[in-house]
Order: sequence, then C-alpha cells, then structure tokens
Amino acid sequence: MQLGIFTVGDVTTDPTTGRTPTEHERIKATVAIAKKAEEIGLDVFATGEHHNPPFIASAPTTTLAYIGAQTERIILSTATTLITTTDPVLIAENYAKLQHLTDGRVDLMMGRGNTGPVYPWFGKDIRQGLNLAVENYALLHRLWREDVVDWEGRFRTPLQGFTSTPRPLDGVAPFVWHGSIRSPEIAEQAAYYGDGFFHNHIFWPASHTQRMVAYYRQRFEHYGHGTADQAIVGLGGQFFMRRDSQDAVNEFRPYFDNAPVYGHGPALEDFTEATPLTVGSPQQVLERTLSFRDYVGHYQRQLFLIDHAGLPLKTVLEQLDLLGEILPDLRAGFAEGRPAHVPDAPTHASLVAAAGGAHDSTVHAVDDVTGRRAEEVSA
Amino acid sequence: MTRLVVVHAGLSTPSSTRLLADRLSAATLEALGQPVDLTVVELRDLAHELADNLLTGFPTGALADAVEQVRRADALIVVTPVFSASYSGLFKTFFDVLEPGTLAGTPVLVGATAGTARHSLVLEHALRPLFAYLRAVVVPTAVFAAAEDFADPDLERRVHRAGAELAALLGVASAPAAADRAQSFEEQVAAPLDFEDLLRRASDPRG
Repeated sequence: MQLGIFTVGDVTTDPTTGRTPTEHERIKATVAIAKKAEEIGLDVFATGEHHNPPFIASAPTTTLAYIGAQTERIILSTATTLITTTDPVLIAENYAKLQHLTDGRVDLMMGRGNTGPVYPWFGKDIRQGLNLAVENYALLHRLWREDVVDWEGRFRTPLQGFTSTPRPLDGVAPFVWHGSIRSPEIAEQAAYYGDGFFHNHIFWPASHTQRMVAYYRQRFEHYGHGTADQAIVGLGGQFFMRRDSQDAVNEFRPYFDNAPVYGHGPALEDFTEATPLTVGSPQQVLERTLSFRDYVGHYQRQLFLIDHAGLPLKTVLEQLDLLGEILPDLRAGFAEGRPAHVPDAPTHASLVAAAGGAHDSTVHAVDDVTGRRAEEVSA
Repeated sequence: MTRLVVVHAGLSTPSSTRLLADRLSAATLEALGQPVDLTVVELRDLAHELADNLLTGFPTGALADAVEQVRRADALIVVTPVFSASYSGLFKTFFDVLEPGTLAGTPVLVGATAGTARHSLVLEHALRPLFAYLRAVVVPTAVFAAAEDFADPDLERRVHRAGAELAALLGVASAPAAADRAQSFEEQVAAPLDFEDLLRRASDPRG
C-alpha cells in the first residue's frame, strides 16, 4: 500500500490572517512539504498541473526534478498531467528524463483538467476532451515502448521514424494512472491498458467513487490483466487533524468555509458526512481512512490533499507530523486481511523485475555495430 | 406505472403556486383515468441543498432523490411564482443542476402564479424557451394564475385542457427524444464500453 500526498498548488489567502503567499513562497513551500513527506515516511508526492492564476502548478517536471534531487526514496507523481492539451511527445520526453534523473522514482496520473480555457490556450477544442485523452495517450504509450514510431492521428502533426529521447530508464515506461471523477470512458481506458485508476474521491459522495471503481475493476478483468480484485486502484482523501478533535474542527472551519472549491456552501459537518473529508483526531483520521476499503476493496494508493485553501506552511508541516504518527497504524490496518494475490502498486523496481531485468534502451544515432550513421542506413 | 412528478417553487404556506400545481396534477390524473405514481417536489425544502450543489457540483440527500425522480419521470408538471418578470431563481436553480439531457423528450406542463395578470406571458417568454432548450416537450396550453383567477371558472377550464394535453402526450410524442435522455451511471455502463471502439472514434475526423 502506498501512502502519500497530492497538491494542486493553489495560492490562496489565509482566511484567518488575510495574508496571501507570493508565488515564490508557495513554490518553495511545495518543496518543503514534499521533503517533509519523505521525512515522515510517505511513499508518494504528487503535484497537479495548472496554467493559470491562482496556481503555481505549471512546469510540473521542473518542480519534481528539483524535489527529486533533494530526496532519496519518495515516488514523484502527478495529479494530474493534462493529457488533453499537452503534446504527448513532450510528456514522453519530460517524464523519461525525470525517470533517469531520479533513478526511476516517477509515475504519472493522466487527467483532463478542470479549467475550460486551457483548451483554447493550447490550441485545442474542449469538445474533443475525451477524444484527445484517448488518442494522445495511445501515442504516449507507444512512444515509451517503441524505439521508432510512425504515427498519424487526428490531433497532432504526424511522426515518421520518430524516436522519443531519452528512452525510458532500464527499458521500462513509467507506470501510469488515469484519473477521472465521473467518466466511465477513462475507467475503461485504464482497464484496457492495465494501468491504474485513480478516483479523486474528495469532492463527491462515496457511493459514486464505489461505482466508478467497481466498473474499472470489472473491465480490468475483462481485458485480461488479472482478476477484478487485482486491479490497481488509487483514491484521494482529505483531512485536518489535531490531538483534540474539537480543536481540529475549530481551527479548520474558517479554511473550509472559505475554500476555493466548496467554500460558502455546505456546512463542514455535512460535507464531512457526504465526502471522505475527515476533520478530527488522528484516531478518527486513521479509522475513516481504513474504512475506504469497505466500498472500493483492497487498493494500492491513498493520496491526501493537505496543503490547500490557504493553510500556512507551518500548519501543513504539523499535519504531516501527525500523519507520520499514525502512519504505522495506517500501514498495519491496510495490511490486515489483505489477500496475498492483491498486488502492490507497480514501482520502477517491480516493473523492471516483471520485464525480466533492466536493459539499457539507448537508441544511438550511429549504429554501434556497423559504425554507420542513421542517414546512411535509411539512404 | 406512469410516473408523474410535480415540481413547484412556491415559498409561502399555503402557497398559491402549490395550489395551482395540485389542480394541474388532479386534472392530469382525471384525464389519464388510471392510477399514477405521483411525486411532489417542493423546491423550498431543497433550497440549501441547491445552493450547495451549485458550489460542490453534486446533489446530496433529498435533492439527490428529487433529481432522480425527475430523471425517471414519464411527465412533469412544473409551476413557479413570477419573480422580477421571470421564473424564480430557486426554480431555475433546480433545472440548472440537472445533468444535460435529463429532460430530453419528457412531456412537461408549465404553470406560473403571480399577484397580477400583467405577468401572464412569462410562461411563453421564459418557461417555454427554457424547457425547449432542455429538449422537453411542452404542452400547448400553459397555465397562468394571477390572484384573481382563483375566483374565475376560466382557470379551471384551462387547467383541464392542459391536463388533458399532458395526458395525451404521455408515451406518445416523446420516444425519439427520450432515447438519448441522460442516463444514470448504472445505465451508462450496463452495456460496457469497448475501448477499441473508443480509440477508433477518438481519431475519426467526423466525430
């Protein structure tokens, strides 16, 4: 079971002080949070991708590479990578490069984004969102698995004899998750490729998450990747904890009431009942989190959103300290009753092992054997 | 059994909007001449949940039930008080949070109440276009009731004509449009998708 955090990189005013961090402060805070996540023993740090204020989440591989250079163990991931509006060739290059730099500590989560104007800003048509996600990923999937790709599709310029560089580390593509709140097509896509399916989970009722995950599991089995309970499932989550649960409620309430997404709407109590948000003691967070299995089955990755809505860095780091305290119990709880045939989330090491060991996949411009250059070979 | 759902946005108790809605449903039942599964959705009771839905993107509790009732309805009777020369904000909010296609092909009888007869064309200028946009089938007679109409036998005639029109439309005029009515998640995945097909369609320039 992998446990981690994900950030959307919002620059939000702290409603209790009226202070808004600068972009620089928020970017540096993101790095501090990621380093702290490794320090307390989390497995995953994931960043979102946005191309507009009030977010600092553009250029995700720059952030992840910088964090990668200052950490040793934590997996660097995304939540999400915009497969709709980003050229799949650039995704292939950027994340393969990140894979090399971090010795394989990379995976990605594909998503379609939630900001309509991003499509026109990047020259795409929002009405084609689903089709872009399907076609672009089909190309990305090939770019990481075939040294030389001929491609003609609907949404980008054709490729003839194209090699995406660097080739994936050890000849193994980064593992990919597909995130969607409500599109069965994306669950279908994840199942088809045998990739992971991640349900954001935090804004919608559990009954909905349950249906999406059940569909993905059933289709994962249909496409022959294993039994339904072996499908690779990830969930979002959201908490705020203090040792005394009433302190947690009192301290978090102004952040909840003014939060960019659901603020000024439902009462904190109603929202915690309707969604996985848990505000209370570490014990309450522990119990609530372990109860997610009751409706999605044994799963592979749990990510928490902890740094949004204007919470100051100091508070976020305290949240991580508290999470660190319950981490052994979370791990023990998730291991309890877990059948042996339910796999862990794939990692670089497990994917290399499954591929029969590491092999360098460098594509040399000059043929090592004959000494001829590529142009001479094709001439 | 035929599912008839009444949605009204009356605010006071008793409410003349509710009174008109009740008369319209009674006239429809009479014209149908058979037992009907009748549900009344009082939007006043859902006001908080509607505001929450605007902000969170999903319906909860009684609102989720009401949305599902409306989605599964064979016919609707919708009645709003006139506020500022149009339907009330509460009334519009309910139809704003429905998934696109929820009312496709559904026969709808529209009604409105107001303090003065000067608002009577609200039905033709506001409600009829709204439900046309939602691809519902609006019956020809829309029923407006100003305060003084509740003492006028003509109102009862209009109510009965509208009810008979709605009854006549049930299961007749709506079939092709209803074929692409919004589905629940269960219905969407009842026949699983086929990814090879999604791949082909994604790259089809005609799609």
